[in-house]
Amino acid sequence: MNEFFDFIMARVVPALNTGLWVSVQIIVPAALLGVAIGVTAGTLRVYGAKPLAKAMNFYVSLFRGTPLVVQLYFWYFALPYISIGGFNIVLSPMMASIVAFALCSGAYQSEYIRGGLLSIKKGQLTAAQALGFTPVRSVVSIVLPQAFRRALPGCGNEIIYLIKYSSLASIITVNELTGVGRGIAKATWKNTEVFMVVGVYYLILVTVASFILKQLENRLCIPGFDSNRSS
Amino acid sequence: MTAQTPLLRVENIVKHLGGHRILDDVSLNVPKGRLKVLIGPSGAGKSTFLQCVNFLLPPDEGKIFLEGREINGASKKELLGLRQHVGMIFQDFNLFDHLTALENVRIALIKVKRMQKREATERAMDELQRVGLVDKAGLYPAQLSGGQKQRVSVARALAMDPKLLLLDEPTSALDPELIGEVLAVIRELAKAGMTMIMATHQISFSASLADEFVFMEQGRIVERGAPSELLGKGRASRTQAFCAKLNELTGENAE
Ligand SMILES: Nc1ncnc2c1ncn2[C@@H]1O[C@H](COP(=O)(O)OP(=O)(O)OP(=O)(O)O)[C@@H](O)[C@H]1O
Ligand SMILES: [Mg+2]
Repeated sequence: MNEFFDFIMARVVPALNTGLWVSVQIIVPAALLGVAIGVTAGTLRVYGAKPLAKAMNFYVSLFRGTPLVVQLYFWYFALPYISIGGFNIVLSPMMASIVAFALCSGAYQSEYIRGGLLSIKKGQLTAAQALGFTPVRSVVSIVLPQAFRRALPGCGNEIIYLIKYSSLASIITVNELTGVGRGIAKATWKNTEVFMVVGVYYLILVTVASFILKQLENRLCIPGFDSNRSS
Repeated sequence: MTAQTPLLRVENIVKHLGGHRILDDVSLNVPKGRLKVLIGPSGAGKSTFLQCVNFLLPPDEGKIFLEGREINGASKKELLGLRQHVGMIFQDFNLFDHLTALENVRIALIKVKRMQKREATERAMDELQRVGLVDKAGLYPAQLSGGQKQRVSVARALAMDPKLLLLDEPTSALDPELIGEVLAVIRELAKAGMTMIMATHQISFSASLADEFVFMEQGRIVERGAPSELLGKGRASRTQAFCAKLNELTGENAE
């Protein structure tokens, strides 16, 4: 038992801590970008002009309809071979991961935002317009803040998923939590111990994220917008 | 604007919705300080008419003049300006659910009129005072009764300094015991000289305040006149028949 503990503390934890930092550097920007993309795409899908709404629908079906691993491979391996106006874009493994996760997450987030937008009674838009709000301003000031509160539990869930699928970055050579774990496991043959600890790290990440999301929900909580409600 | 120019002049409005002619050649003049009351059965086109007046539903044909100036429906800027001058009260209040009573009244002052926050707050509190809800300023719509919500929505409209107020059945969604508080606010407004068009079934209440009853049916104005004239004893008006029917249903006593 002691030997196990020593091995964990001496070999596994220091390495995983560096991996954890890499994971965080992928997860945080990808999650924030994902929400931003989701709000934009979701809003355009509901209120955008026809061609824009259609384009966003296409984006969502494309990114929800293909495996994330394939998307990762695309951004990392395939993109450098595609010439865009004479330029070839080469993304670092980190950048490719962030781009892939943000775009994939954004597609799902837009679904939650869209649902939130559709749940807001249309009368409030009419009232805003009757007060002289422009259509854009009434959506931004009146509908979106409400839709976002309605969507928050779902958006939070998507961020929790993102934390877990961020482990896929390891397959395009990013040394994040899972990648580092795999390295130690290979070198030491201690698969059980190592991956158990890796699991605990993800559990901690998810717990911290859930806590932050809960705080956010509480902060944004308003009578009539009970986030525990199932709607 | 001369004394004779009505504040609002609506000429021969036609509106189609879903392939049906919902408004058929409707005209109405509203002089400053008067209350016009729209009555008529459900589906007559009262709501549609009110929404045409501030171009929430642009009319297909006809003209609308505010203070003698024709409203150009094609100009977005002019429409936004028009709506700042024409307040609207809805049957189901349409308060902004994520904002407190105070913020509901204040938001258009800040976002539309570009007022400073402090000035806007003062103005909003004045309006809440007027409708007797200063002590509810910090409450959200979900925490207000129907009557209180409707009074907030009146305050919200008044804060914009409207020249004209459109009221679409302001008490129809209220429990009977809450109607009085909203009618009291409307009575005060009428007495203070606010120009209004109101669709309502509160016949006896509006008879004492209205300058004219306008009876609509199937998208047309079928009868119009002073309340005393239409409701007077021995007159066989459509309005009177309609009121008798209403009374049967609600037990309201039209004098
Ligand atoms: N978007 C629409 N598409 C098609 N028909 C519509 C639309 N909106 C309203 N109508 C129809 O227009 C007619 C008039 O409706 P409106 O709401 O103006 O009547 P109203 O006099 O306000 O009735 P109520 O007393 O029930 O409020 C109704 O027959 C309604 O079904
Ligand atoms: Mg109506």
